[in-house]
Amino acid sequence: MNDILAQVFQVGFFAAVIRMATPLVFGTLGELFAERAGVLNLGIEGIMMLAAMAGFSTAFFTGNLWLGVLAAVLTGVVAGALMGLLTVSLGLSQHVSGIGLTLLCSGLSFFFYRLIFGQPSSLPKITPFETLALPGLADLPVIGPILFNQFALVYLAMALVPAAAFVLYRTPWGLNLRTVGENPHAAYSAGVSVAAMRYQALLVSGALMGLAGAFLCMAQYNAYTFGVISGRGWVCIALIVFGQWSPWKSAAGAILFAVIDALQLRLQASSAMNLPYQVFLMLPFVLTIVGMALVSRNAMAPAALLKPFRKEAR
Amino acid sequence: MNGLRLEPRAHSPWWLNVLLPLAAVGATLVLCSGLVVLAGADVLTAYTKLFLSSLSTAFNLVETVVKAAPLVFTGLAVTVAFRAKFWNIGAEGQLLAGAMAAAFIGARQGLPAWSLVPLMIAGGALAGSAWALLPAVLKTRCKVDDVVTTLLLNFVLFYGMMALLDGPWKDPLSGYPDSPDIRMEAEFPILLRATRLHLGVLLAALATAGVWLMLRHTTLGFEIDAVGENPNAARYAGIRIAAVTLLTAAVSGALAGLAGVGEVAGIHFQVMAGLSPGYGYTGIVIAMLARLNPIGVVPAAIFFAVIITGAEAMSRATGVPVFLADVIQGMSLITMLAALMLTQYRIRRNRPEHE
Amino acid sequence: MESPSLLEMRGIVKRFGDVQANDGVDLTLNRGDILGLLGENGAGKTTLMNILFGVYAPDRGRIAIDGRTVRIQSSADALAHGVGMVHQHFHLVPRHTVMDNLMVGQSGRGLRLDRGFALKRMGEIERGFGLHLPPDARVGDLTIGEQQRLEIMKALVRGARILVLDEPTAALTPQEADGLFSALRAMAARQMGVVFISHKLHEIVAVTTRVVVMQQGRVVAETANDDTVSKKRLAEWMTGHEITPPSKAATTPGAVRLRMTNLQTRGGARPSLKGVCLEVRAGEILGIAGVSGNGQAELADVIAGVLPASGGTLEIDGRMVSRLTPREVQALGVGRIPEDRMGTGLITSLPLRSCMVLPRIRERRFSRCGFLKHRAIGRFADQQIHSFGIKAAGNHVRTGTLSGGNLQKALLARELAWEPTLLLAAQPTRGLDVAAARFVHQRFLDLRGRQGAMVLISEDLEELFALSDRIAVMFEGRIMDVLDIQAATVARVGLLMAGVREAA
Repeated sequence: MNDILAQVFQVGFFAAVIRMATPLVFGTLGELFAERAGVLNLGIEGIMMLAAMAGFSTAFFTGNLWLGVLAAVLTGVVAGALMGLLTVSLGLSQHVSGIGLTLLCSGLSFFFYRLIFGQPSSLPKITPFETLALPGLADLPVIGPILFNQFALVYLAMALVPAAAFVLYRTPWGLNLRTVGENPHAAYSAGVSVAAMRYQALLVSGALMGLAGAFLCMAQYNAYTFGVISGRGWVCIALIVFGQWSPWKSAAGAILFAVIDALQLRLQASSAMNLPYQVFLMLPFVLTIVGMALVSRNAMAPAALLKPFRKEAR
Repeated sequence: MNGLRLEPRAHSPWWLNVLLPLAAVGATLVLCSGLVVLAGADVLTAYTKLFLSSLSTAFNLVETVVKAAPLVFTGLAVTVAFRAKFWNIGAEGQLLAGAMAAAFIGARQGLPAWSLVPLMIAGGALAGSAWALLPAVLKTRCKVDDVVTTLLLNFVLFYGMMALLDGPWKDPLSGYPDSPDIRMEAEFPILLRATRLHLGVLLAALATAGVWLMLRHTTLGFEIDAVGENPNAARYAGIRIAAVTLLTAAVSGALAGLAGVGEVAGIHFQVMAGLSPGYGYTGIVIAMLARLNPIGVVPAAIFFAVIITGAEAMSRATGVPVFLADVIQGMSLITMLAALMLTQYRIRRNRPEHE
Repeated sequence: MESPSLLEMRGIVKRFGDVQANDGVDLTLNRGDILGLLGENGAGKTTLMNILFGVYAPDRGRIAIDGRTVRIQSSADALAHGVGMVHQHFHLVPRHTVMDNLMVGQSGRGLRLDRGFALKRMGEIERGFGLHLPPDARVGDLTIGEQQRLEIMKALVRGARILVLDEPTAALTPQEADGLFSALRAMAARQMGVVFISHKLHEIVAVTTRVVVMQQGRVVAETANDDTVSKKRLAEWMTGHEITPPSKAATTPGAVRLRMTNLQTRGGARPSLKGVCLEVRAGEILGIAGVSGNGQAELADVIAGVLPASGGTLEIDGRMVSRLTPREVQALGVGRIPEDRMGTGLITSLPLRSCMVLPRIRERRFSRCGFLKHRAIGRFADQQIHSFGIKAAGNHVRTGTLSGGNLQKALLARELAWEPTLLLAAQPTRGLDVAAARFVHQRFLDLRGRQGAMVLISEDLEELFALSDRIAVMFEGRIMDVLDIQAATVARVGLLMAGVREAA
């Protein structure tokens, strides 16, 4: 057992953890903005898939990775707007709208990938992002290679967590957003447009989810496959409950999940444990459910989550 | 929406219930025709191939019905669950649970031949029930959101199944990760010679009648509707919400499990990774198109069976990617939702103030 | 040369379906006025103010502020014109701090929230009006009085010059109420205008400068609050003329069916019962008068088995009942006609026949071994539709399609069909036309004649006087007094309803 631990807890392991946590951080922050405004965005899985495909295709044909990232973000924004149309303007069930959006976006991602790339014998690949070592910082012992020799998008994710906290808690926009999610009538009677706030939240939400998809296809891996998301979107939803709707705690949850994910990869590779690798794949999901069960009793969800807003209602 | 507002409608006329899914599907096809054009094909040709190829010969017709069987089951499963507002997105996992139970029982050498089919059916239903009860218990006892748990459990079951298929349950005779074949005696009898119309199709028809009976003629069905529509009033009227939720989950899971049993005992005779290409999720769209009415599930299921089989033929003939079927699926759910809103509300102009 | 009044509402008309909420209302508010808007529930006061605050658009009429006609289509508009409103149900976020609630909707300084500016404004308000709150306190931890203070501060921080308060002292202690009044006087002194909606006469008399009385959507009296005005006169205006009760058959009240001794419930979001003592006998109708919000709903919920008592005792037919479920209460022979038909009484999306049997679906009459007896259900539903004259195309129609009056009939039919020994009814004839109301009243009298007992909670004094053998009046969670019907007059009841104890 000791040599497993020795093998596992190396610098390389933790660097991988940060890398694997990044798409989860993007997705979780994206979902966080939507839910804090009172909208459950179940389209996350599909949006991530579609954005990933859009980003990959753009990068493939233009040779420009950052254009690909932009395409992914724009795709996410459009999807977020569609979610807004369904849940804010039309006031439809957030649950079913989200499922519909995921089915639609995943279907579109398969369709367009097949249309663009056909069925090639070998998987179309791009040259992914290269890691960017931050000068000076990357040379620090231990934390240097873990934190400061990563992809540019990882640095973006790291910066976004405090940025999200700042925006949510220290700006007027963030206060209005949180008020809309807690008591839309309070916001309305203070002159804030509930619909506008929710739309804005969903656009931001979509953009961040797009970043998650972009990262997966263009940094963590170098290709788009149909299974590239594999439930990570749903995990983000659970991570928010876990993190009690706070950006810092949700990010911590993402890292915890990434640790388990990275651990199961290492355990697979090492021959010490004779369990089939899928058991390890299951582990993060099972633990997420257990985590939710422990936490949901005292769930501090935004009070107005899931309720459409009608100004005449008391 | 400035200048417009939503005014609740008094009631929805019956013809609207039939017209709406048709309108939603129509709108979907119109929107998706854009995708066909993008793929460089002629819309009429593509749609003709899509719809008619599954109806062109008698054999194809039967094949479509066979394909519709699991969809009927998952559609019914979601219908029952959604009526009680138990958001069962886990039909996919419950289907696989039922399939696994059926494959396991069907391969047992020690059981008498006549008992195999009934045991597979019972076992598959129970396995599906159990897999649905887990998130239901979490909901009633720990207030955990059912959407996320049912979803995540799909992945848990899938990985669990693959772990078994790669390991202790792997068929030693095959090079792929799939389970050993079930015994010959366990295979569902064929109901129509020279076709694949197996017992599962009959079971699906019976299940439709059964669900309709339950929803319309039993106290459970009555209470499911009450809990789903207004849990507060239901509580005041003495209905026990938790019990109803758990029973709903059990029934829903059992139906999804039976979908899996049918696929194993009627078509594939074993369990493998590609057993269900998302039937559990299609069930959601079917349930919504059917407006949560079990009778409506059958035409909706046949519609998607037509599209799923037709997509292959269309793809071969016109080069439009087969995934058009998936897009149609997702788009139909959205257009159906939007159409449903029209039954509940009218759109009215705000009348301007005047002196 | 007249300077224009601060606020003028002219000819306001508003209709909701069948109900004429405002029927040509004129209202004038001058600077320095504290205007009391008086009337019973349903008189139209809240609708009028909601129109002012942009929640509804009037069907007809105009609003002028400082002499200029304005169009108010949203709360943002109202705020921009200097109108602030403190609602009965607060629009606060309990999880956020005082400061957060104050700063919502404000633009900050650059990117950040401008805490310094907000603190400065809070200081100004404290100096000007005597209102203060700790800025970092969590709103959920504040008392109701403090939360209300916050609502007022919210309006003041946005520069409101007209402040409307809707039943502001409902949950305040006397001391908190006094604090509120001095703040209002400070506002008047600073040339603001205040509209004070209330049904509590002693407050109206204590703090207002002018009084407007509304009844059924119209203004029926308008006066300055001077020496000519007394609580008695105000009560008369509010409730209308005297009512002579029609003769009922005399009954001899039998055994005590229901007894409450010092019953208390916990407060918090809902008003609390502060020690209610009541007795109802077989063969009698006990009417409970009072403006809604004084504990009647809580009283009904305790009897129905839905709200637990925190103190005191409740006896039904001599049996001490503490924690009963609704089904058990039903089994004891208690029928319930709730105030909110569509919330807890009926399920609007189900067919009428389903609602008719909703609480009794598991009884042998309607189901056997889990299977519904549709014919029996249909027959029962048809019977009730017929005998109560419910206007429905059949027993299969969606319950929500019925008019308010017919919904109420359906509820009544359902409960009366079981010949309950104790019937609890809250606002049973609200929204019914005269013929329907009379029909329902006859049914109640029939129940009484059969030695049934009834608790009738109503805001309709005419109804109470027609049916009750005794009238109890509730005010702020207590029974003010119980009057025998012979000794009761509208004037006496009206005063009790408004919180005025009679001289011994």
